[in-house]
Amino acid sequence: MANLYRDTGIVLRVQKLGEADRIITFLTQRHGKLRAVAKGVRRTSSKFGARLEPFCHVDVQFHPGRSLDIITQVQTLDAFGVGIVNDYQRYTAACAILETADRLTAEEGEPVVRLYLLVTGALRALAAAERDPSLLLDAFLMRAMAFAGWAPAVNECAKCGTPGPHRAFSVQAGGTCCPNCRPPGSASPSADTLTLLSALLHGQWGVVDEIPHLARRDASGLVAAHLQWHLERQLRSLPLVERKAKLDDG
Amino acid sequence: MYEGPVQDLIDELGRLPGVGPKSAQRIAFHLLATEPADIERLQHALQKVKEGVVFCDVCGNVSAETRCRICRDPKRDLSLVCVVEEPKDVQAIERTREFKGRYHVLGGALDPLSGVGPDQLRIRQLLNRIGTTTDGVDISEVIIATDPNTEGEATATYLVRMLRDFPGLTVTRLASGLPMGGDLEFADELTLGRALSGRRSM
Ligand SMILES: [Zn+2]
Ligand SMILES: [Zn+2]
Repeated sequence: MANLYRDTGIVLRVQKLGEADRIITFLTQRHGKLRAVAKGVRRTSSKFGARLEPFCHVDVQFHPGRSLDIITQVQTLDAFGVGIVNDYQRYTAACAILETADRLTAEEGEPVVRLYLLVTGALRALAAAERDPSLLLDAFLMRAMAFAGWAPAVNECAKCGTPGPHRAFSVQAGGTCCPNCRPPGSASPSADTLTLLSALLHGQWGVVDEIPHLARRDASGLVAAHLQWHLERQLRSLPLVERKAKLDDG
Repeated sequence: MYEGPVQDLIDELGRLPGVGPKSAQRIAFHLLATEPADIERLQHALQKVKEGVVFCDVCGNVSAETRCRICRDPKRDLSLVCVVEEPKDVQAIERTREFKGRYHVLGGALDPLSGVGPDQLRIRQLLNRIGTTTDGVDISEVIIATDPNTEGEATATYLVRMLRDFPGLTVTRLASGLPMGGDLEFADELTLGRALSGRRSM
């Protein structure tokens, strides 16, 4: 058959279409964000259905359609959902990852390999229950913002670039600020909080583990505020993320 | 685009779930060719749906009275509660004739991507219901029958966590036979019945 094409992708979003069909939004490796139709998947007899749920990492074959392309084959690469839905904290963090990825990518076409790898890595770590879901989410958000070109400055002044560490943090200014550039009303997060943000951005998990857990809540707050400042509409899932760390986690 | 009332009708129909622009157009022209008496019956039904339907005080199902037909039935086992997402799921399970208890309708599933968290569903009402004796009987078993898809599974996970501290309460989940990714309403009766009788403890 002519024009069939294949790609690997993460299922970002699933919408009902008509009686039994769904529109699936993928973040693909080579075609960027892609929307396609899955026919008949809501019937429980469908072999496709389970493979086209949010968080699924799949190898998909598409057939070009008039408006949206049609999904003709699906193979599971990683069923991340299995390890995610059995813990509500992991589930809410994973939803925020999908929504952020969806919002940071434009419709169709443009490849976003780095973001695709970030999302896949974050979901893999969440599904494996490797760390506090809240930390994994914040690490993803910091790196996703870096991908978008507006990660908060944490090691230098956001305005003049003077090397830090600086104590003032302003979302409007773009991160930490030196005493000269500090806008009125800046926050004054602890040194631990800023070290944590920097470690999350650079994936220095050894450093992250050394920082007192008290800094995590403040870091999450700054990450969320910075993200929301740059997105036009508020994320729906972020306020619903369960942030409390498990008791046995410290 | 059509002119005036016909386009208005197409636009309104197009807002309904599962109705695309083509279906909306087909329905609109069908209605245009329908007998006035039939249109009147439809009009009447539409008017009544908001005025005449209330939600059952006990289970949250759609009902004609403050208590639905199932919650009024004295032959029902009051110690058994089946938790579902939507009223249509109650209908699906009733058709199996396997279940003799009462229901609890959540009004959806936990779906952060759509902004639906625990406060947007009837979860607090469920916890209150389990904590109190109704009609002289305590609830001893909760069967979680949310959809076998991602949101449904996550909702089950959350409910299990909330319910596990109630002393003496058994919590079960619909068992195998239901493939992941489907809607409960599309499951055939045989599969759904088997899933009910083979439910597992959580
Ligand atoms: Zn400066
Ligand atoms: Zn009722």
